[in-house]
Amino acid sequence: MSFDLLEWYKKNTDEKILYSFLGPVSEDIISSILDKIENILTEKETDLKTFKKIYHISVEALQNLYHHSDSPNQKGNAIENNIVFILKKEANPAKINNKFNILTGNFINKSNTRLLKERIDQLNFLSKDEIRTLYKLILNNNEFSEKGGGGLGMIDLVKRSGNNLSYNFYNFDNDYIFFTLRIAI
Amino acid sequence: MESIRIEKTRKTPDITFNAESGKLQIEGKSIPENSIEFYKPLVDWLEEYGKTSHDATEVNIKLEYFNTSSSKCILDVFKKLETIHKENNNVIINWYYEEDDEDMLEAGEDYQSILKIPFKMIEMEE
Repeated sequence: MSFDLLEWYKKNTDEKILYSFLGPVSEDIISSILDKIENILTEKETDLKTFKKIYHISVEALQNLYHHSDSPNQKGNAIENNIVFILKKEANPAKINNKFNILTGNFINKSNTRLLKERIDQLNFLSKDEIRTLYKLILNNNEFSEKGGGGLGMIDLVKRSGNNLSYNFYNFDNDYIFFTLRIAI
Repeated sequence: MESIRIEKTRKTPDITFNAESGKLQIEGKSIPENSIEFYKPLVDWLEEYGKTSHDATEVNIKLEYFNTSSSKCILDVFKKLETIHKENNNVIINWYYEEDDEDMLEAGEDYQSILKIPFKMIEMEE
């Protein structure tokens, strides 16, 4: 059975969510999502440290979606142009260590799956010190990808959150995979 | 040499550079999607500024947030300053961070460890 984005979105926005977005991404959309997150966190009287962490991780996660989604631009209304961004607060933070969760989703070319999986597995395997060393190494390598990213997006999510990343790949069709990433904060 | 003044936007910081006093100030958020484009005028300007000698150059950098794409451009800015410093000019970078913002302190320390230039961490009280 093929992957149903709306079904998946519905399932994942059932719980106690603070904010959720489903749609195509653009620079303006990112600005408006960030404004909303800022307002929500202010309303909830989130402590400054957590506020900054969530905001920072949201920026990086959204810009990862913007730079790295492989959507087919030629098909304007294609479902593959959509991204998902969900911010949740756990209902019972006493039972778990992390109070917040960010869940993102985007379509990628099937051919990019293996590399992405290997990259996340590698980051999850590294210790905190190793992550910092790797970050500095990439920061100082003078390289920018053709998509304008500095190759630091994914590693920054691990570094800032201090947690491993959970992911899933859902088969969409012959060309595309829906990639989901969960960041615990 | 003309001074630089870039007004802040929702995603980019306020930048002022006074060529006469040698004071550069970067303040606000730096989270643009295209950081290379945003920082290019400053990097080019520093290249020009570095062609003559200056008694003292002081950089005050107070960032609320910056994305990873900006982090590479900020390093480029610092490397230009490092070159100016190497040519026997006084240069100091003051890295401001808010009290308890360990991530921002850590980011400053990362730059400090990469660069050979006087670097001062300054904690701002809330």
